[in-house]
Amino acid sequence: MIPEQELFAPGHNACAGCGPAAIARLILKATGDNIIVVSPTGCLETFSSLYDLSSWEVPWMHPLFENGASVASGVEAALRILGKADIPVIVIGGDGGTYDIGMGALSGMFERGHRITYICYDNEAYMNTGVQRSSATPYAAATTTTPFGRRSIGEDRPKKNLAAIAIAHDVPYVATASLAYPRDLMNKVKKSLTVDGPRFILVHSPCPVGWGFDSALTVEVSRLAVQTGLMPVYEAENGEITKVFKIIPRPVEDFLKVQRRFKHLFTSEEGREQIELIQAAANENITKMGLAKEPGRKVKVDAS
Amino acid sequence: MKLNVGAVCGPGGSKKNKTGHWRSFRPKVDPEACNGCGICFMYCPDASIKIVDKICIIDYEYCKGCGICAHECPRDAITMEEERK
Amino acid sequence: MTMGTKRVMEGSMAIAEAIKAARVQVISAYPITPQTHVAEFLAEMVANGELEAEYLKVDAEFSAASVVFGSAATGARSYTASSSQGLLLMTEVLYNMAGMRIPVVITGMNRSVSTPVSIQPDHQDTITFRDTGMIQLYVEDSQDAYNTHIQAFKIGEDRDILLPVLVAADGWTISHTFEPVETFPQEEIDAFLPPYNPLYKLDPKEPVTFGAIAMAHNLMEFRYLHHQVMHHAKKKVEEVAREFKERFGQDYGGLIQEYRTDDAEVILVAMGSLVGTLKDAVDEMRETGTRVGVLKIRCYRPFPDEEIRRVLSRARTVCVLDRSISQGYGGPLTIDVKAALHNQRGPQVLSFMAGLGGKDVTIESVKGIVEKAQKVADGIPVDEEPEFVNMNWNIV
Repeated sequence: MIPEQELFAPGHNACAGCGPAAIARLILKATGDNIIVVSPTGCLETFSSLYDLSSWEVPWMHPLFENGASVASGVEAALRILGKADIPVIVIGGDGGTYDIGMGALSGMFERGHRITYICYDNEAYMNTGVQRSSATPYAAATTTTPFGRRSIGEDRPKKNLAAIAIAHDVPYVATASLAYPRDLMNKVKKSLTVDGPRFILVHSPCPVGWGFDSALTVEVSRLAVQTGLMPVYEAENGEITKVFKIIPRPVEDFLKVQRRFKHLFTSEEGREQIELIQAAANENITKMGLAKEPGRKVKVDAS
Repeated sequence: MKLNVGAVCGPGGSKKNKTGHWRSFRPKVDPEACNGCGICFMYCPDASIKIVDKICIIDYEYCKGCGICAHECPRDAITMEEERK
Repeated sequence: MTMGTKRVMEGSMAIAEAIKAARVQVISAYPITPQTHVAEFLAEMVANGELEAEYLKVDAEFSAASVVFGSAATGARSYTASSSQGLLLMTEVLYNMAGMRIPVVITGMNRSVSTPVSIQPDHQDTITFRDTGMIQLYVEDSQDAYNTHIQAFKIGEDRDILLPVLVAADGWTISHTFEPVETFPQEEIDAFLPPYNPLYKLDPKEPVTFGAIAMAHNLMEFRYLHHQVMHHAKKKVEEVAREFKERFGQDYGGLIQEYRTDDAEVILVAMGSLVGTLKDAVDEMRETGTRVGVLKIRCYRPFPDEEIRRVLSRARTVCVLDRSISQGYGGPLTIDVKAALHNQRGPQVLSFMAGLGGKDVTIESVKGIVEKAQKVADGIPVDEEPEFVNMNWNIV
């Protein structure tokens, strides 16, 4: 049963169909109200915390962009010394505050072994400032700083593999999740809170405005990311991948073609090649992580 | 209301901000088709859906009309209609 | 009045002793010269169980400031220390916690900033905190450092104040110098400094939102409130210093401290360890009949403008010794002192850059400064531009 209690109140200023808003609500349904939340700067923080119009029904703090993990470390240390270590601490931060500017602080939080669940809602660019690329922006995606042009196919680097970086820190619980599978997401959040040590959950969070799709398709797009193998959903405990969400792989085009940020791939000659590269990356995920329900089945790019 | 120390504020004040007027499309529930499965409730980014007596009830005070509920409903029980202002 | 125990110790140990006496609960630090000894002494105290605290060794000063920000917001008394570049790296967090009204105590173990690289003391690092909205106290010696750190918690944590407090202490001159320091029994410190009990904290029992967004209709009003509190903090700084004096017999001043200013024609103004040298120089010059005194500015923010006016308006010439420089204008302290005396028929203010990057300021140098001041008093024209004391003009 999903609890009815709303700890992430309506009336926030998220865009219609916002993935991170839906995710924040589900996270708090999983944690319940005995929780402290720290959110570094980002869309979620901005649309939920106008003075006196806070959406947070739980204790919540927004410090700065790059220090979510270190402020949360201080919160957790304080709870320990105050004899209140039974209150769990989570961070909910975007990809900019996590992959990029908050990376040092996150590494420190992992390395020091704090009992904190760090949840990154990954909408794959700086949406709050108007869709600039981050190191979480996927290959070939157009953003306002990686526009498609005569000399550009969009983002020219592959997405940083942050979950793998967390695993490399010997973080005992690392998981990826998707808005499309809310029970899985909530279970992972709940499970994380029982783990002794740092935990990291990466949640793929579609953005209708930044990715360019109809607001009704937020869940659909996040489902397609998973089903194409571009967003592997898994759990890694103590460095070992222990659970993988199995898919019947669909061609990456199904995911790409519904988004404006990949539109140029379908309207340009070089786009064809790029789609093949993206398909190859998805195939590699599928093989390496064993994502396919029917291993061995090849996914062909629809040439039409 | 006087401003508080350090801009610290109370919980859940956003409920004062009725976002329903943002809507240009309005979800309409067909009570015959809805079986109250709760999928729409789960996905709603604006906490604007409740399941009461196995029927989903939309809170039009906050619903921004994104259409996720209509798109995700497995029984096509929700349709988006143009908002009449 | 409580009698303490006098021991010879390093300035860094005096600070560590104060942090221990304050029963700090969360410490976070990142090593940088000359702050390191404080970080090490505290680590030792935690390691051998003398101090019951969580000590977080972090990835950068930015994180050190962030950790204590988070822990203080959760209700634990919190402390960090740094120097030079490390303090600069903390800057963004300091603005943030001052605005959020989170009281922590930070030692700024003063050191110059790059470039050129220098590990020598001056105030170039902490002077940049001027507009952070923190309370900023500058100490004169190790005893002052001990006293002031304990007072800092009491000032900052007061529910009418709720602000972070910077205690600036000159690197090397204070941090690495051995001096006799009187420390006081724990129960007496406890009686002076009650446990930290914030107005708001991160607590599921009473959830609040910290770090909300202001808009054009209320941002300036929040700034006004913060400014009002800084103003109010002047009284608190005085009050706490007075209580400390009554209880422990220690007097290093409140907002300011006057030294032989009563009949002084020339008053020297400075902050930090330079004040000790100035006092010695004044004693020497007094012996030959020079009417000179010292005004120590202990509290740089809130700036004690009225108190400064009261003292300086009696003098004929004022010499401000700045241990930092605002390139393109001059000494930050001079600028503030001049502003405090503006609209007054007051003394002329001369500005001196002194002791930057650990440059010696000797009693002889102070005598030179006073000679220049006397020329002004006698109506002899002098160069009114800031004077760089003890410059080697051959290399510039």
